Amino acid sequence: MPLDKEKIKQVAKLARISVDEGKANNLSKDLNSIFKFIEQLNELDTEKVEPLTSILNQSLRSRNDEISDGKIREKILKNSPNKNEEFFVVPKVVE
Amino acid sequence: MSKDKFDYFINGEKAKYEVIIGLEVHAQVHSNSKLFSGSSTKFGANPNDQVSLVDSAFPGMLPVINTECVKQAIRTGLGLNAKINNYSVFDRKNYFYADLPQGYQISQYKNPIVGEGKVLLDMPYGSKEIGIERLHLEQDAGKSIHDMDPSNTYVDLNRSGIALMEIVSKPDLRSPEEVNAYIKKLRSIMRYLGTCDGNMQEGSLRADVNVSVRKIGDKKLGTRCEIKNVNSIKFMQMAIQYEANRQVQLLDEGKKIDQETRLFDTKKNETRSMRSKEDAHDYRYFPDPDLLPLKIEQKLIDELKKSLPELPDKKKERFIKEYGLNQYEATVLVSEKEISNYYEKVAKLSDKKLAATWMMGDLFAMLNEKGLDISNSPIKAENFAELVQSIKSGEISGRIAKEVFEIMIESGDNPKKIIESKGMKQESDPKELEKMINEILSKNKDKVDQYKTGKEKLFGFFVGQVMKSSSGKANPQLTNEILKKLLKS
Repeated sequence: MPLDKEKIKQVAKLARISVDEGKANNLSKDLNSIFKFIEQLNELDTEKVEPLTSILNQSLRSRNDEISDGKIREKILKNSPNKNEEFFVVPKVVE
Repeated sequence: MSKDKFDYFINGEKAKYEVIIGLEVHAQVHSNSKLFSGSSTKFGANPNDQVSLVDSAFPGMLPVINTECVKQAIRTGLGLNAKINNYSVFDRKNYFYADLPQGYQISQYKNPIVGEGKVLLDMPYGSKEIGIERLHLEQDAGKSIHDMDPSNTYVDLNRSGIALMEIVSKPDLRSPEEVNAYIKKLRSIMRYLGTCDGNMQEGSLRADVNVSVRKIGDKKLGTRCEIKNVNSIKFMQMAIQYEANRQVQLLDEGKKIDQETRLFDTKKNETRSMRSKEDAHDYRYFPDPDLLPLKIEQKLIDELKKSLPELPDKKKERFIKEYGLNQYEATVLVSEKEISNYYEKVAKLSDKKLAATWMMGDLFAMLNEKGLDISNSPIKAENFAELVQSIKSGEISGRIAKEVFEIMIESGDNPKKIIESKGMKQESDPKELEKMINEILSKNKDKVDQYKTGKEKLFGFFVGQVMKSSSGKANPQLTNEILKKLLKS
């Protein structure tokens, strides 16, 4: 699965990372060699193997349905680059 | 739409099309706290007051699942006659938006908690089964507010992280009416179960609507468009109507339908393409490394199954059998848990059939007019039953009952008290009635003669006169009998 420059740019866009032409070329080379290495795994027949989600043979940790958090608006908003008393303020995004 | 035959088709220039609809319903799980954090889920709090560091995606925070949300999903699955999966997995669905602080939504992709099931609809043309593809648990996003500032959007994360059940139907729906019936049935089932309050105004129930059209007789499905996030049944129906017609028009013009996400504009009553979402469609799902697979013991499923309340389909059967209701009456009276409870209370204390008639007639009309739910009806079930019983026993006539009913709405009094204090009791003494009728007949000799020479329509006039002079209290049945007897003599 060769990763061309277009694909790299698309992935970068989805990840909100800025990647210019030169960087894309280098990344293409690097990533392709990494993928080539990983692709050795494709030699194995995994037809009848369920995908492994976790290597821990444990069950999911859970909690009871109780209200134990919240009411910390100031803390929540503190690091926001733009805010007012109640809300995060972000550039206008509307369909 | 005709009563007994399905007939929702769209006529194109060259062909007739059927409309294929599938729904992805997002139902907010009824729980105290969020799916992966201890923040409250209560509606209407001050902005960003019900947000924890987990919900706002601070670095290093770990999600911990709320067992009640899992149970609610299982209950709902059981209510949909669906298979509950003992093993399911939480995945990250990646997309970028201001009200999604994590940059991904925790959802379930390959292994949902609930598999295939079905829902039964009562349509005028018979009952119809709608397949359920799956139900999975996921997080809700926050809320963006666009109209408080001309150049900025405000973000409130109170909703962020609340548990949703996404219920995906098979493409089995064929008309806006069926969509209406389907949503109402889902809502009813979840409200019976107590797993979702179904409050559409508060956004507890929303849907993505998938619409495609195909020529009648074609086997292959057409290309579908997905209309995102429609929050009322009326808008769903309008959106489907518009979208299906748009697609037929495109096909008529020999054009192709693009598979795309569209938005329903409620002001213009049209759907339009959401271009910005196009490359956002690459969700790059992968198992969430913060969460282990969810394993559910069969024992828990069995226990929950045993504790389920009686659901609408079962209750309907029982109402027909136990109370002698017809299909239609039973369908209406089980549609909401509160309505069915009210009816059962009334039916146990009075005539079952008459109770159904009066509930579905006058009581519903009054509630509708006042915009009230049955749970805050000004007339309590006990009093309503007493009213029904007074009609049944002949103590008051149906006409007087309507008057008593009006007074009950205002005063909340019990009908016995009203009937007595206002002297509304029906006149059922044959001697009294005969005396009254004789008086009327002697006052209207000319009409009596006309009646006797064949103008039988005048019978109604006499009845009217009796009612008038008794202020409506004459027992109608007795009045008829006595009138007939006296007019013959």
